[in-house]
Amino acid sequence: MSDAKGLTRQQMCDRLAMEFEDGWIVNLGIGIPTLCSNCDFGDRQIIFHSENGVVGYGPLTAPGREDLHLVNAGGQHVTMNPGSAIVHHADAFGMIRSGRIDVTVLGAYEVAENGDFANWKMGGQKGGGIGGAMDLAACAKHVFVAMEQTTRRGGPRLVERCAIPVTAKGVVDLVITNYGLFAITPEGMALKEIAPDVSVDEVKATTGCNLIIPSEVPPVRLRG
Amino acid sequence: MPKSKIYPSFDAAVADIPDNVTIGFGGFAVVGQPVNLYGALAKQGAKGLTCVSNGTRGGSTLAEDAPTMEALIKNDQVVKVVCAFTAPTRASQRLVFSEYYESGRIDAELVPQGTLAERMRAAGSGIPAFYTPAAVGTELAEGRETRIFNGREYLLEEALPLDYAFIRAYQADAFGNLRFRRSQRNFNPIMAMAAKVTIVEVEEDILPSGAIDPDDVHLSGIYVHRLVKVPPPPEGWWPMRPAEVAKRNAELQGGAR
Repeated sequence: MSDAKGLTRQQMCDRLAMEFEDGWIVNLGIGIPTLCSNCDFGDRQIIFHSENGVVGYGPLTAPGREDLHLVNAGGQHVTMNPGSAIVHHADAFGMIRSGRIDVTVLGAYEVAENGDFANWKMGGQKGGGIGGAMDLAACAKHVFVAMEQTTRRGGPRLVERCAIPVTAKGVVDLVITNYGLFAITPEGMALKEIAPDVSVDEVKATTGCNLIIPSEVPPVRLRG
Repeated sequence: MPKSKIYPSFDAAVADIPDNVTIGFGGFAVVGQPVNLYGALAKQGAKGLTCVSNGTRGGSTLAEDAPTMEALIKNDQVVKVVCAFTAPTRASQRLVFSEYYESGRIDAELVPQGTLAERMRAAGSGIPAFYTPAAVGTELAEGRETRIFNGREYLLEEALPLDYAFIRAYQADAFGNLRFRRSQRNFNPIMAMAAKVTIVEVEEDILPSGAIDPDDVHLSGIYVHRLVKVPPPPEGWWPMRPAEVAKRNAELQGGAR
């Protein structure tokens, strides 16, 4: 983690998961977003879909209880909730491209104020790791991003325009970082909620684009 | 009497693979990965291979010394890969593939994962090309044909036929009908559909024809040409820890199935 300040990764995912509506079909990217499947959804039914064709998986398997034939898209051993089904890869992506996925939560290197984001290739790198991100970003009804506020070197990840190759253009709705919750609006990027131990000035100093900031920024809603 | 599809060993099943062919390797994060066939092909030595797979190695649940595409790469058998991952996903990760790619010894085509699956599904379905919204507006779409349908831009992608598919399944009957278990299905049936010749490593004892109910067949045996039963470890590779393999073998011997 580049900066221990602010929300933990689980808190970041807990906050995004509050946005999931009852009955939503949700696809989680590798890295921080996988923590969203461990959240408490109360009486909401959330259906987790993974690119490798597991529709309806549940929390991570307890150590020693793993089914070695069953992983999510991050390669983690997971459980299956009642009502789960298995499909092959082409069908799993057919579900994605045909708009069945209500939200995908992805990691990113950069998110721009116009909703572009980059998560498959570092600057100057040969090759890249796309996985299912381009299909998901282009086709999910909502795209949420979970990432650290800054790079390892302290540079901003929330930017005016992506400097590295984008995954998709104009698709991001909501971003959670350890510093706060940000929405991409037609007017630009808006700070919606702020982490309890972070100041607005700290958010501004670590953000590379203009932010729409209300006079009172509420704290990030956290459970318990 | 048709020729049996059951081969006595992985070596026998890959003995005639020529140089300069395109091979699809199934599996996703180790599950359904044809580990034994990778090993046999590395021994067999066919060169000039184009390898199609999700990535260039397996996942963390595979033993360190288990054969993956990396064995073929280190043997200089591979000229090109077609994958959804051609770079590490973590800064700490180092791929054998990367050093060959960066020094220009291997070519690579990076494809979004859904497009990769659909290109093979199309090849296996008699469809030469299709349009997809994935990768529109990205570096991957630069200079390529796009078209607007219903006000939205789509990218033209061509089918990806394979000469061979190497896959792993849970159960097979002698006709080659297959069943997969849990997320083992992934790319495996699609690659078989796209290939001229499909070679399968099978986890359970190969059943007589008809032993799998037709309603339970995940992939028709018409797509399957060669079957090899994975022997118990250490002769055969299993993506399991030794204690689990021992337990599983004990269950099988006890007729728990």
